[in-house]
Amino acid sequence: MASIVLKDIVKEYGDGFHAVKGVSLEIADGEFVILVGPSGCGKSTLLRMIVGLEDITAGDLEIAGKRVNDKAPRDRNLAMVFQNYALYPHLTVFENIAFPLRLAKGKFSDDEVRRRVEKAADTLELREHLERKPANLSGGQRQRVAMGRAIVRQADAFLFDEPLSNLDAKLRGQMRTEIARMQRRLGTTTVYVTHDQTEAMTLGDRVAVLRRGELQQVASPRGLYEQPVNLFVAGFIGSPPMNFVPGEVRGDVLHLPFVDVPLDDALRAAVGDRRLVIVGIRPEHLEDASLVEEGRRGVTFGVDIDVTEWLGSELYAYIPFDTNPDVAAKLEELDRELDGEGMRSQVVAVLSSESRVRDGDRAELFLDPGRILVFDPESSVNLTRDEDAAVRIEQENEQERRAALERAQQRESRSDAASDDGPRREARRAS
Amino acid sequence: MRGLSGRQKVAWVVITVVVLVYALFPVASIAATSLKPASELNSGLFLPQNPTLGNYEQILVGNAQELFLSALRNSIGISLIATAIAVVLATLAAYAIARLDFPGKRLILTTALGVSIFPVISIVIPLFNLWRSIGLYDTWAGLIIPYLSLTLPISIWTLSAFFRQIPWELEQAAQVDGATSWQAFRKAIVPLAAPGVFTTALIAFFIAWNDFVYGISLTSTETARPVPAALAFFTGASQFEEPTGSISAAAVVVTVPVVVLVVLFQRQIVAGLTQGAVKG
Repeated sequence: MASIVLKDIVKEYGDGFHAVKGVSLEIADGEFVILVGPSGCGKSTLLRMIVGLEDITAGDLEIAGKRVNDKAPRDRNLAMVFQNYALYPHLTVFENIAFPLRLAKGKFSDDEVRRRVEKAADTLELREHLERKPANLSGGQRQRVAMGRAIVRQADAFLFDEPLSNLDAKLRGQMRTEIARMQRRLGTTTVYVTHDQTEAMTLGDRVAVLRRGELQQVASPRGLYEQPVNLFVAGFIGSPPMNFVPGEVRGDVLHLPFVDVPLDDALRAAVGDRRLVIVGIRPEHLEDASLVEEGRRGVTFGVDIDVTEWLGSELYAYIPFDTNPDVAAKLEELDRELDGEGMRSQVVAVLSSESRVRDGDRAELFLDPGRILVFDPESSVNLTRDEDAAVRIEQENEQERRAALERAQQRESRSDAASDDGPRREARRAS
Repeated sequence: MRGLSGRQKVAWVVITVVVLVYALFPVASIAATSLKPASELNSGLFLPQNPTLGNYEQILVGNAQELFLSALRNSIGISLIATAIAVVLATLAAYAIARLDFPGKRLILTTALGVSIFPVISIVIPLFNLWRSIGLYDTWAGLIIPYLSLTLPISIWTLSAFFRQIPWELEQAAQVDGATSWQAFRKAIVPLAAPGVFTTALIAFFIAWNDFVYGISLTSTETARPVPAALAFFTGASQFEEPTGSISAAAVVVTVPVVVLVVLFQRQIVAGLTQGAVKG
């Protein structure tokens, strides 16, 4: 158990490439932190610097309060799960999991090794596969063996490098909850790298969004979703992604390509004296006007629906619009950074599945102006961000995290006491 | 062979038989000849009428013993030493080629390829003169050095191809798991590399073992002459008898170890160990 502190970490490769440009991050003991960003944002490099497989060019890395910049990976006492699992193909599952214990020569007796490996195997439901070779296992089983190797020793922290990207969609969902459950129960500090924003949102206590080697925002998933600091974070978090449209200030209204939104005090304060802004609208904040109950504050407007996709639980409606040339370049650049294809300018609305809107319809949509975000077209900063609300979300999140951790550990110690007795505790005392 | 129609099956069987006969008939013919007594050599029949081990006796304990056994000793010694040196050097070179990025990497590989396709016969004459003047003519070293030029390139190529398949993340995983660099190499990489190194050693050994041109050109006496060259110096029991029988017997004796090695280590030669290390 340990906290991990990164202070102005810089990575510069021999060819002058700046992979990580001064990242500072504090990871509390027992916290689950996600490093997320599009490909090439430096998230894996950062993780490999923490574990010691990459040298740190500048800055300090502290684990449990001690500076470890110059320590070899084996002296940092961290456990890592690699993207391709990195199992030892010549060893059985048992020996793969036992590998870290066998390396600590003389520290564990054969009985102790067997006991620990079997406990890890039970946790991960690998008991019946212990004598098999990795080549004969399925993808999910290999993934679990890799996790077994990590949990078998008392590492200070777990590091995951895109551990689920080689699995199919269904298995990915299962393993995701498995990882979350395991982390809660063990209460081990965890750093997890992914490019998948769903994994980031569902797993993390806090999520660090990286872009081109720079930290954009560190916040709880809800904080990122509701109070993003800039265009990049707003566009990266959420699926389908946030819609960005140009907004022109025309007297009392903010003119969007398909609707005029009246400027209330909050929006007016956010916009200031700008003539042109970028407006961000979450797809689920666009609703089918015919299904909205009476009396809600908002604007309704008619649009031509291009294509619809009915998913059972909801309905995606795509609405093309003509963009403003002054912000088109900015939005295109953003799209490229988010690994998009820059196909066409369109808005996606996530409507209720009861909606009768179909391809080619003229539909009435509803939008609550209080939900829209306004960004500065030059600096990309979120002008509508509410600092007080953001702080409140983080505090709530931290309380929830502690409560969940405590509950999981109480449950764990109860089941431990029930299933284990004397020898186990003696062994622990002996070690 | 499931999923094939009857005609396809027949076609496959015919092709297999043709290939087998084409490949194995000479071997069978030599084996048959080696069992014939001198009087039957020109009988025109494939199988010996009165099979005898006389030819084997002659090369192993009889007249030709000195010639053959010393040649066998030379062949084994020279091939083993050439193989050992080639494998050690090639392992180091291939490790560097597979793992490191350094200027001249491509140059090494293309040079190795160039050396291996260079016709042996074109360098054997200058080598003959050079070896004579510096005293390497008719010595073990005089053969081991040119053999390295044959075995090193192919060893470097096979090993670097093999090493490239090894997931180096295993080494990093081992380091994170608590291993020193040396432990990580020994416990995670060596077990994976061993089959490749072994296979390469076998191939290198066969190349050295089968050489004829260097063997006949760069030796003159029993001190260094290898078996393929020595076969040419066999004589019959009298000057009127042809040594075909004893040459055949010697050919069988030098072929047997090669066949045995291939049969024993077929699996290692064909399959690597790396499958399943990473996603399958």
